[in-house]
Amino acid sequence: MNTEKLNFIFPSKAKLTAFIFMAVGLISIIAMFLTDHVEGDANYHLNRAWSNVFAGSFFFMALSLAAAFFLGLQYAAESGWSTTIKRIIEAVTMYLPWGLSFMMLLFILGQMHVHHIYHWMADGIATPGNVHYDKIIADKMGYFGASWWIRTILYMVGWYWFTMKLRKNSLDADKLDIDINNSYHWKNIKLGAWFMVLFAVTSSTASWDWLMSIDTHWFSTLFGWYIFSGMWISALVAITILLVWLKKIGYMEFVTESTVHDMGKWMFAISFLWTYLYFSQFMLIWYADIPEEVVYFQTRWESYKALMWTVFFVNFAFPMVMLMSRDCKRNFFFLMFVGTIIFIGHYLDLIMIVMPGTVGNHWTGLSWMEFGTFFFFLGIFIYVVLNALSKAPLLVKNHPFLQESLHHST
Amino acid sequence: MATNKHIIHGIFGDEVPMMEAIKKLRASGIRIKDVFSPMPVHGLDSLIGLPRTRIAICAFIYGLTGLGLATLMMWYMMISDWPNDVGGKPNWQYYFNIPAFIPITFESTVFCAAHGMALTYFLRCWLIPGAKAKNPDPRTTDDKFLVYLDLNDDQAKKAEIILTENGAEEVNQIKSYVVEPKYILEETH
Repeated sequence: MNTEKLNFIFPSKAKLTAFIFMAVGLISIIAMFLTDHVEGDANYHLNRAWSNVFAGSFFFMALSLAAAFFLGLQYAAESGWSTTIKRIIEAVTMYLPWGLSFMMLLFILGQMHVHHIYHWMADGIATPGNVHYDKIIADKMGYFGASWWIRTILYMVGWYWFTMKLRKNSLDADKLDIDINNSYHWKNIKLGAWFMVLFAVTSSTASWDWLMSIDTHWFSTLFGWYIFSGMWISALVAITILLVWLKKIGYMEFVTESTVHDMGKWMFAISFLWTYLYFSQFMLIWYADIPEEVVYFQTRWESYKALMWTVFFVNFAFPMVMLMSRDCKRNFFFLMFVGTIIFIGHYLDLIMIVMPGTVGNHWTGLSWMEFGTFFFFLGIFIYVVLNALSKAPLLVKNHPFLQESLHHST
Repeated sequence: MATNKHIIHGIFGDEVPMMEAIKKLRASGIRIKDVFSPMPVHGLDSLIGLPRTRIAICAFIYGLTGLGLATLMMWYMMISDWPNDVGGKPNWQYYFNIPAFIPITFESTVFCAAHGMALTYFLRCWLIPGAKAKNPDPRTTDDKFLVYLDLNDDQAKKAEIILTENGAEEVNQIKSYVVEPKYILEETH
């Protein structure tokens, strides 16, 4: 094996690309904050600008969190095929502290009333007689307010601790010449299994707290899974694109074609999981036709119709047709192409989740604002992930399934 | 000129030497007729040169059939024969209430694809009730691996040497027979 290629060196071209993305994104974010206003609506305070920043923060945080989940899943399931790409998954999870910091910053700004993404954060929302008083939200204040903050901090601390610990154990195992008892591997299996438990609960509740509470009056029990499947597919796409790109520039020679094929299968399968949950949520609400539920889709149907259909077709029909055959899942160009499109598709899905609750009927269609913000966070994401990737060898050393993975063939 | 053909059983106790032996056999241009093993062996299909399975194409066709049948069934029941009004959603047009029809369409697609695939597999392998086992040696259902070869004189000699050298526990020449020229198909390797 070529030992030179085991250590990833951050190419200056990629670094430059990341910085260009950040610069372009920053300029468009500034321009967005200067230009975002709606005539004659006193309640509109840069809502679209803040929502875009929120969506960008959440999307990349969520996908690195889902990568941590995927890593934990590989441990808990004791799967062998993924050992060769473990370092890529780990690198993607290393964005999590950044993503969580952005989220925390936004939450604090929201509590300081700088932005109005969360309706329930408004002053006097639960005080009878106040101009902002809202009976429905007042009844829900036991869930929001202080308990919301406690939960938010618990999620962040929990996810951060597990992610960092999984990474640290993996790096520590590399320092040993030989790990006879697979001690670090066993530690990570336990961590992975417990992380599954934590993640199962918190991925659902966090999506209610952070995303569903934007539409404070509305509720859906399926929502957590829907968000989870969306972040999972985004993470898988990020991992696959990174893997294919690394193979293209000459790294990761030890990853067999079957492992790439398996990532293609995951992309295909989780696209269907997302479609299943997206459609289930829609169909149940459409069928029952209860006013307090249907209002969610009413806004989307009236003001976001083009976006809704785009999201559905790009994230469902497109990967279904393009990734169905075996040859496509083994073709690097196809994986890169389809992956890029559905990555953007899932970002648009998040835009469609966030915007109607904040911008509402002032939506004028997708514009440079959404893409500019996306590129800003994408730039940071690329920089952080590739930087983390260059910090450790691309192949783990002491892993019981290493040989199995190196000879993986399906 | 008539050709002598020999059926050879190479029996192995483990799949690793067997895979090695198969690689060497294939490298020296010998066609593997079949391999019997007590468990699935990864990578064996491509090693003995089997073509890719076409069951995926069947699955696609069965799935489309299921989709079509479900649509036809629901259209007849809900639209054509006896239109209903369910929860304020009158069934006068199929497309108008399509979200309600999606779950059954999906289930029917999966049902037909899965059952079609299973039945195709059983029929193609002739695993029907009362079918005779085609296993040449009952030990392959326990712990032995069997490489089944059907070769002419020169190749049979070569194969026997390769098999023995690569750790075959037994190399048995089961049967020899003569093939008249007009019945010999052109062999491709």
